[in-house]
Amino acid sequence: MAKVTGQFEFSSDLHAENMLWGATLRSPHPYARIANIDLSAAYKISGVEAIITAEDVPGKKTYGLISSDQPVFASDFVRYMGEPIAAVAADHPETCRRALAAIKIDYEVLQPVTDAELALSPSTKPIHPDGNLIRHQRIIAGDQNLQGEVVVEGVYEVGMQDQAFLGLEAALAMPDPGGTGVEMWVATQWLHEDRKQIAACLGLAESKVRLTLSGVGGAFGAREDISLQVHCALLALRTSRPIKMQYGREESFFGHVHRHPAKIYIRHHASRTGVLQRIEAKMYFDGGAYASTSSAVLINGVTHIQGPYKCSNATVDGYAVRTNNPPCGAMRGFGVVQACYAHESQMDKLAQACNLSPVEIRLINAMQTGDKLITGQVVESVAPVARCIRETDAIAMPAPLALDADPLELVGGTGLTSLPENIVRGVGWGVSIKNLMYSESFDDFAVARCQLSDGVATLKYATVEVGQGFVVLAPQIARTILGVDEVVLDTVDTGIGSAGSTSASRQTWMSGGAVDGACRLVRQRLFEHVGAKFNIDPMRLVVEDTDIVDMIGDFRISVIEASTGVVIDETFEHHHRPTEELDANGQGNCHVAFAFVAHRAVVDVDVELGLVKVIQIATAQDVGRVLNPVAALGQIEGGIAQGLGLAIMEEIVLENGKMRNPSFTDYLLPTALDAPKVVAVMIEEPEPQAPLGAKGIGEPPCISVTPAIAAAIRDATGKELPRVPIRPQDICL
Amino acid sequence: MSVVVPRTLTDALRAMAANPSALLLQGGTDLMVEINFNHRKPVDVIALRKIHELRAVKIDGETISIGAGLPYQEMESGQIAELVPALGQAARTVGSPQIRAAGSLGGNLGTCSPAGDGLPVLSALDAMINLRSANASRNVSIHEFMVGVKRNAKQPGEIIVSATVPIVRGWQGFAKVGVRNAMVISVASCCLVVDRTKGSIAVALGAVGPTVIRCRQAEQWLSTNVDLKQDAMIGAKLAKEFGERVANEARPIDDHRGTAEYRRHAVATLASRLLQRSGAR
Ligand SMILES: Cc1cc2nc3c(=O)[nH]c(=O)nc-3n(C[C@H](O)[C@H](O)[C@H](O)COP(=O)(O)OP(=O)(O)OC[C@H]3O[C@@H](n4cnc5c(N)ncnc54)[C@H](O)[C@@H]3O)c2cc1C
Repeated sequence: MAKVTGQFEFSSDLHAENMLWGATLRSPHPYARIANIDLSAAYKISGVEAIITAEDVPGKKTYGLISSDQPVFASDFVRYMGEPIAAVAADHPETCRRALAAIKIDYEVLQPVTDAELALSPSTKPIHPDGNLIRHQRIIAGDQNLQGEVVVEGVYEVGMQDQAFLGLEAALAMPDPGGTGVEMWVATQWLHEDRKQIAACLGLAESKVRLTLSGVGGAFGAREDISLQVHCALLALRTSRPIKMQYGREESFFGHVHRHPAKIYIRHHASRTGVLQRIEAKMYFDGGAYASTSSAVLINGVTHIQGPYKCSNATVDGYAVRTNNPPCGAMRGFGVVQACYAHESQMDKLAQACNLSPVEIRLINAMQTGDKLITGQVVESVAPVARCIRETDAIAMPAPLALDADPLELVGGTGLTSLPENIVRGVGWGVSIKNLMYSESFDDFAVARCQLSDGVATLKYATVEVGQGFVVLAPQIARTILGVDEVVLDTVDTGIGSAGSTSASRQTWMSGGAVDGACRLVRQRLFEHVGAKFNIDPMRLVVEDTDIVDMIGDFRISVIEASTGVVIDETFEHHHRPTEELDANGQGNCHVAFAFVAHRAVVDVDVELGLVKVIQIATAQDVGRVLNPVAALGQIEGGIAQGLGLAIMEEIVLENGKMRNPSFTDYLLPTALDAPKVVAVMIEEPEPQAPLGAKGIGEPPCISVTPAIAAAIRDATGKELPRVPIRPQDICL
Repeated sequence: MSVVVPRTLTDALRAMAANPSALLLQGGTDLMVEINFNHRKPVDVIALRKIHELRAVKIDGETISIGAGLPYQEMESGQIAELVPALGQAARTVGSPQIRAAGSLGGNLGTCSPAGDGLPVLSALDAMINLRSANASRNVSIHEFMVGVKRNAKQPGEIIVSATVPIVRGWQGFAKVGVRNAMVISVASCCLVVDRTKGSIAVALGAVGPTVIRCRQAEQWLSTNVDLKQDAMIGAKLAKEFGERVANEARPIDDHRGTAEYRRHAVATLASRLLQRSGAR
């Protein structure tokens, strides 16, 4: 609500008395050796209070989520266009800008390595001391020589998508007196991980770095990595004054990681009747210049390449590769988006080769609970894949294109390019499997604290709200369990244990589980308190609406009255079950749980002009349990819009490592006229492993919708279209 | 930096004369973007938004004159859209409601981008642009006004006051290709105007050359092959050849918004479709 009325305070609204502005100097070259940095002219500009470079980083000079390979400031080489080299603090953003322009850097420009396969060739020199291979992972399962009666293959590519959140990166840092520590307000996805990395670079104990969440305007993975945090803190400590840093849209494109472009060579073997028997795949994920989460993205890619289908035999090789392209990391769908585009394109080819419909081929192969994945892991999650497909199939098709339709509703929209006679309709399918939470033996947990007093529950946690709706869900859980009306949400900061990241579709499960656990402990203590006071066995007490009642007798007391004058305070740490690393052959129980979804896309295509309008997306999603229907539908519709973007318009265009379209003028996001009608069914089969029965629902909506749209365009045009986003010229030339 | 907010055109012209290097600000939908990107440094600004004369619409039976400051939203529907449908359609394609509430033809002409959506319409209609300075007023043909990529014939000290176009008897339309269905910069656009009285046709293309391109040869070819005074159906074959001839006159480039090849193909398709629409009943 606050966001709609403009009252919500985003991190870019942060302000402090006496603050200075910080700004970052970035490399214009994708790859160059830094021969010399000359700050003298910049220091002469009045109003400039500090300029810092790599030399001024007191602690660790590098950072990173998984491996610490990214310099806080580049000092010897710049490895991507936009890499930070220095930061300035000054009295005004305009002074900062002038100071940045006055910093003189001599570059020896080098030929960038921009192709992932080429980067791995022995003749390509490593562009980083850690080498050009970030990680290689194979999966060897079952019969390595099996040849199917039917074999289909393809080479699929996915372009670089941006998370394109609307609330730009911003932070405020306040130095402690004497420079012994720093307090920061920042829009991030994971306060504790930020703190760990910031403290290491500052050379301070973690307890000396305190982070409070500031208003986040969307994240989608782009705030998992550090962007301006270390620079801002360093400038604050250097100047002993509050520092505000804030990116504009263009800088934001350079300042955060993107979705990995990928190239996937893949071959499917099946019986004549369409039963999937073996998958061979080679997958290249372009990680850009620094590792970020590339190695985890890769694992998601290779372990999901079979899709939501039974398959016992596989030969998969995946590579996460370093290049001089912009760094890539987390984005909604995390490696599965790329895999899904390839496997779903393949399923359609297989259907055609076996003379089956897209629905039939998918139903024949649909995975079930108890099936074994190519990693050897048994799917223990509820796995209603066939049901997702059937219920999607049962959704009514949209009305055929009316000859007298409003021109704005036709392909081309306001451009008035197309009349009904120019338009062909197509239908396509996509189904996906997505892991939930973190994988590969990561000890993933979330902490929450609940305090009950005088009928008011106060919740404290470090769970970041990025728009997913945890601020609604957490009080809802507390109200349900404790029977209170009033729930106060304490500040989200590092004053409590970690909640983990708001990513991987994990917070409802993880932090939801922690809030649930803390509230249950508090309820237990309340029952004990009431039991002792009124001489009733606490085991007999339950919460009914806003009262505590005796299940057997007729005792009844309101929660407000029962909790008046007492303070009950409990903290709960929720862990999901442990997972394992993959072995050299890609075997191991590396994932926690899975969620499934089916999408059917109906598109109108102006085949001659190559223009597309998505008319309807029908979807049935395995959600476990719906906790908040409006929020759930919001995730589904939003995810579909993002997947649509990847299918037909969203791409960071790179030319020799240089970004050509770092603005919303040319990086196109779907508008209201592009967003399709969404008809969604939520399949509720509570997940026994999940504390609330609810699966994560954030990522699945954006995964298989992309291949579904691509398939629908193929259906309308008869073209193979092996690359997304599909551009007009791909269709019509 | 100073900002002058004159209430009348005379005051604005006087302010311009006093400071010919001042930047004119109408809707700001181009200017503010340039300032944001640091492509331009505002020194002194003369804001035109309070000047009613610049929003005037004058109709004299044969021509319609549209004030340089009139926002696009006023052109999307109503009198202008009825009398000059192609302009109404072009106006509707511009940006979002917010942009159309602020953006103007004066700004479109001032920026003079080849992708400016008002410009192909003004070109196809042979618009006259009225420019005024403190002590002179002159009318310049749109074809002479547009000089090159983001360059025009406006002199320092001049303000664009209006664009005047004829009210044409016959079909006219505008179509624009972009990669999404609204709020998108043109990858290629086309305006086609059939004048049934004169028996002539005009075709102008946007975003396929350094400025808007008028396709004189294709126009000539068609008017010698078809009697445009008659309201005739146009066959698919003829329309296709017309489209190809139009495309031959385009001078598109490759950029991140589209390839030259696609742009050429797109204008061929648009021109051919618009021609067929002109004859459809
Ligand atoms: C989000 C967005 C979407 C857009 N989409 C489109 C689109 O789809 N199609 C399109 O064509 N354009 C688009 N534009 C660009 C812009 O809206 C148009 O070019 C508009 O016509 C500019 O008008 P304005 O009044 O805002 O101009 P301003 O920004 O006020 O001025 C632009 C230039 O013209 C000069 N100028 C303005 N008025 C006069 C005058 N009376 N006399 C002399 N010089 C003058 C100014 O000094 C300046 O140099 C878009 C812009 C944005 C920000």
